[in-house]
Amino acid sequence: MRAVDNPTLPRALHPGAWWLWAIGLAVAASRTRNPVLLILLLAVTGFVVSARRSDAPWANSYAAFLRLGLVLIGVRVVLQALLSTRSQGSHVLFILPEVPLPDWASGVKLGGEVTAEAVLTAVYDGLQLATMLCCIGAANALASPRRLLKSLPGALYEVGVACVVALTFAPQLVTDARRIRAARRLRGRTNRGLQALRTTGMPILEGALDRSVELAAAMDSRGYGRTGHVPQLQRRITGALVLLGLFGVALGVYTLLTDAMDPLAAVGALAGGLLVSFAGLLAGHRRVARSRYRPDPWALPEWLVTASGAVAAGLTVIAAYAGVEGLVLPGPLTVPGVPLLPVVAILVGLLPAVAAPPLAPPVQAPRRTEVAVP
Amino acid sequence: MIEFDRVSVTYDGAPGPALREATFTVPEGELALVIGRTGSGKSTLLRAINGLVPHFTGGTLSGRVTVSGRDTREYRPRDLADVVGIVGQDPMAGFVTDTVEDELAYTMESLGIAPDVMRRRVEETLDLLGLADVRDRPLTALSGGQRQRTAIGAALTPHPAVLVLDEPTSALDPGAAEEVLAALQRLVHDLGVTVVMAEHRLERVVQYADRVIEVPGGSGPVQSGEPVRLMATAPVAPPVVQLGRLAGWSPLPLSVRDARRAAGALRTRLDGAVPLRAGMSTGTSTGTSLARCRDLVVRYDRTVALRGVTLEVTAGEVVALMGRNGAGKSTLLNALVGLVTPVSGAVDASGLTPVRTRPKDLVKAVGLVPQEPADLLYAATVRDECAQADADFRVADGTCRALLARLAPGIDDDTHPRDLSEGQRLCLALAVVLCGAPPLLLLDEPTRGLDYGAKQRLVEILRELTAAGHAVLLSTHDVELVAEVATRVVVLADGEVVADGETTAVVAGSPAFAPQVAKILAPLPFLTVGEVAAALGEAS
Repeated sequence: MRAVDNPTLPRALHPGAWWLWAIGLAVAASRTRNPVLLILLLAVTGFVVSARRSDAPWANSYAAFLRLGLVLIGVRVVLQALLSTRSQGSHVLFILPEVPLPDWASGVKLGGEVTAEAVLTAVYDGLQLATMLCCIGAANALASPRRLLKSLPGALYEVGVACVVALTFAPQLVTDARRIRAARRLRGRTNRGLQALRTTGMPILEGALDRSVELAAAMDSRGYGRTGHVPQLQRRITGALVLLGLFGVALGVYTLLTDAMDPLAAVGALAGGLLVSFAGLLAGHRRVARSRYRPDPWALPEWLVTASGAVAAGLTVIAAYAGVEGLVLPGPLTVPGVPLLPVVAILVGLLPAVAAPPLAPPVQAPRRTEVAVP
Repeated sequence: MIEFDRVSVTYDGAPGPALREATFTVPEGELALVIGRTGSGKSTLLRAINGLVPHFTGGTLSGRVTVSGRDTREYRPRDLADVVGIVGQDPMAGFVTDTVEDELAYTMESLGIAPDVMRRRVEETLDLLGLADVRDRPLTALSGGQRQRTAIGAALTPHPAVLVLDEPTSALDPGAAEEVLAALQRLVHDLGVTVVMAEHRLERVVQYADRVIEVPGGSGPVQSGEPVRLMATAPVAPPVVQLGRLAGWSPLPLSVRDARRAAGALRTRLDGAVPLRAGMSTGTSTGTSLARCRDLVVRYDRTVALRGVTLEVTAGEVVALMGRNGAGKSTLLNALVGLVTPVSGAVDASGLTPVRTRPKDLVKAVGLVPQEPADLLYAATVRDECAQADADFRVADGTCRALLARLAPGIDDDTHPRDLSEGQRLCLALAVVLCGAPPLLLLDEPTRGLDYGAKQRLVEILRELTAAGHAVLLSTHDVELVAEVATRVVVLADGEVVADGETTAVVAGSPAFAPQVAKILAPLPFLTVGEVAAALGEAS
C-alpha cells in the first residue's frame, strides 16, 4: 500500500473529493422532502465536518451556511403565511388581518387565514433547500477553495488565477475600509451620509487599483503568461469546446435535478457535455508550459470519499424512481415515515469521517528570538 | 552581469526624464546599493533591470540594458523571470498565492520546472532563509521580516543570477532587518547571486555593499563606484559616514566596527565632555500631563495586544515607543484616540476619555498621523484637502494651508495628494492633524520611506512643536531618529512596558536600539553626530 492510500496517515484530502461527496449528498437531499431524512442528512454532514475540518478561517463556514439555511426557512414560512390560501388544506391555525388588494391583483391574497398545511409545507420546502445549502457549506468548510482552484486543469489556469486574486482582494478591501473609516474619525468626522460613502469609497478604490497594478507587475516579472506558441485557430477551437461542454453539463445537471426532461436524455446531455469539455481541456492543456508544485494526490481515501457521496446519491435517486414510500410525504400533516433504503443511503455518507485522513496537528512554531531588550 | 549603457527613461506626459544617462556595470556576485533621495528615480532604475520599465509601465527608454547578455528590448519581464528575481517595496502586494510554500514555488511553476526539482529547491530555500517553521502558514499571518524573507525566497527559487530588491528593510524592526540582511549576505557570499538593492536606511546596509550606484535625480548623471569613494561626497549618508567626515577619518569607515577602530583619538578628545542634547529641555520636565494610561489592557479576540500598560506623557516631551513589530505600539496609539476600546484600565488624552468623546471634540485634544498618511487624505488636490481640513476642524480658512507652507514649503496647490513624495504627504497629513491644534500629537511610524533630508525636516518640526508646549508620542523602528529627537524612550514587548527612561539611558546600552554614534563612541554618552560636533566646537 502506498503512503497516500493510508487513510490514517495525516494529510489534506483532495478538495475535489470533498466537493464530489458534498454534491452527492446534495443530490440525495434534492430527492426527498421527508424531514426525518433531511435532518439525518444535516446530522451526517455536520458530523463529518466536525470530524475532519481544519482550523483555517474558511472551516467555520458550515455554521454560517447553517444559519443561512435557518433564515431561508424563516423567510419561506413568513411569506407562505402571508400568501397562504385554503387550497393546501383546511386546518386553520390563526387568522391574520387581510389586506384588501386592487382588482388587477385578484387571485393573490395578502393575510387572512393561515393553514397548518401551508406552514408545514413551507417548513419542509425550506428544510430541503437549507440541507442542500449545508452540503455546499460542508464542502466549503472541508476543502480550501484555493486548493480546489489549484487543481483546476491547465486550460482553466488563467480563470483559476483570477479567482485566487479575487479571493485575496476581497478581505484586503474589508481591511482597507476599516482602516480608512478609522482615519475618518481622526479628522473628527462621523461615519454617516453620502459624503462618508464618497470619502471612504474613493481611497478604497484607489488603493485596490494601486494594488492590482503592483500585483500585475509582480506576476509579470515572475513569469506569469509564459505560454507556448499556439495558433489562433486551435485556441478558438479549445474555447468553443470547453464552452459547449460546460453548457451540456449544466443542462444535464439541471434536467436531472428538476425532472424537466426524460432522465435518459438528461444523462445523455450530461455525459456528452463532460466528454466535449474533457476534449477541450485536453486540447488546451498543450499550450500551457507550466508545471505543478506538490499536486494533491488522488488515492484510496479520495476514491472512498467520492464513492460514499456517489452511493448516497445513487441509492436515493434509485429509491425515488422505484417509488419507495416515505421519500415524498402524501400530505404535510402526516407523520413522516422512516424508509429503510434512503436512510441506509444517507448513512453511507458518514464514511468520510473515518475514510478521509485526519489533518496533521498544527505545528507550534518556536517564538522568534531577535531583539535583545535592555 | 548587468549593463546599463546611456539609459534614460521618460514616462509619458512627464516634463523631464525620470532617469538620465545611466551608464554602469554590475559584475557577477556583487552587492550593489542604489542610493538617492526620494523620487530621484531609484525604483525606475531597479525596474529597468528586468524590463518592467518600459514594457509594463510605458514610457520611453533610450540606451540599452542587458542582463546576462539579454537585451531588455527583446525580452519581456516574463521572459527574464529565470534570470532576474525582483522583490517590490511592499512584499504583500506582490504575493500571488496564500501560503509560504506555494508562494516559493509559484515562479518555478510558471517556468515549468520539473516537480522533483521544485520540491528540492523549496526545501532548500526554506532552510536557507529560516522559513521552515512557517512553511504552511498563510502569508497574512506572517511577521514583517518573515514576509520579506518569503518574498526574497520566492524570487530566489528559480535560481536567478540577479536579485533586485526595493527597500527590503524599510518597514522592518531592527531585529527583522538583521534577519533579512543576514540572508542576503549568505546569498551573495555562498551562492554568488548578484544583488541590486535600493534602501533609505543606509546605516543598515552600506557596510555590506561592494558597489554604490548614486542616482542624484534632476540633471546630474548616475554615478557608480566604490562605496568608500562615493560615500565621501554623497548627499545622503548614514551617521557613521557623517561622523567620519566630521572627524576627517581616511579611509572613510562604513561600518561601526571600522569606525570604532578609527575612533580612539576622538574618544580621548571627547572624554569628559557632556553632550548637549540639541533643542531639548534637560532634566525632568514638569509640564502638565497630556496623556495618561493606567493598567491598560487591550485584546483582539485571542491575542492580548496590551497587558497592563501604564504610561504618562507630559507637555514638552517627545516620547518614542519602540519594540518589534506586533509589540503593541500601534494599539497603544490607537487606544489614545479611541480607535480601540480597552478591556480594562483607564486612558486619558488631554483630560478626555477617548472612546467616550465625540470625534469632533476629540480631534481638538489629540491628533494621530496613521502609518499610512494617505488614509487621512481624500481630496483630489492639495488645495481642496486643506479647505476640507479647515472645515473639519472648524478653524479659520487658510489655517491648514499656512501650516503646510511652514512644514513643507513649495508644494503646488493643484497637485494630487497621491503624487506627492512620501515626505510631502506626511507633512500634508501632519498639517491636517495640526489644524485642530491638539496638545497631544501621536505619530505612527513617521519615517517609513523618508530620506535623510525629509527626516531632518521632521526632526525640526517636532522640536518646534515641543517648544510650543505640545507633547509628542511616536512609534518607530528608526533608532537614529529616536537619538535625534526623543527625550524619553518606552520599549514595549508582548504588550508590556519593558523599559521606560531617558533616551540615553535606554538606547545606549542596547545592541538593537543603540544608534551608530553611541556604538562607535561607547562608553561616552553621545547619540548623534550633531552632539559630537557641538562638543568638538566647544572643546576647540
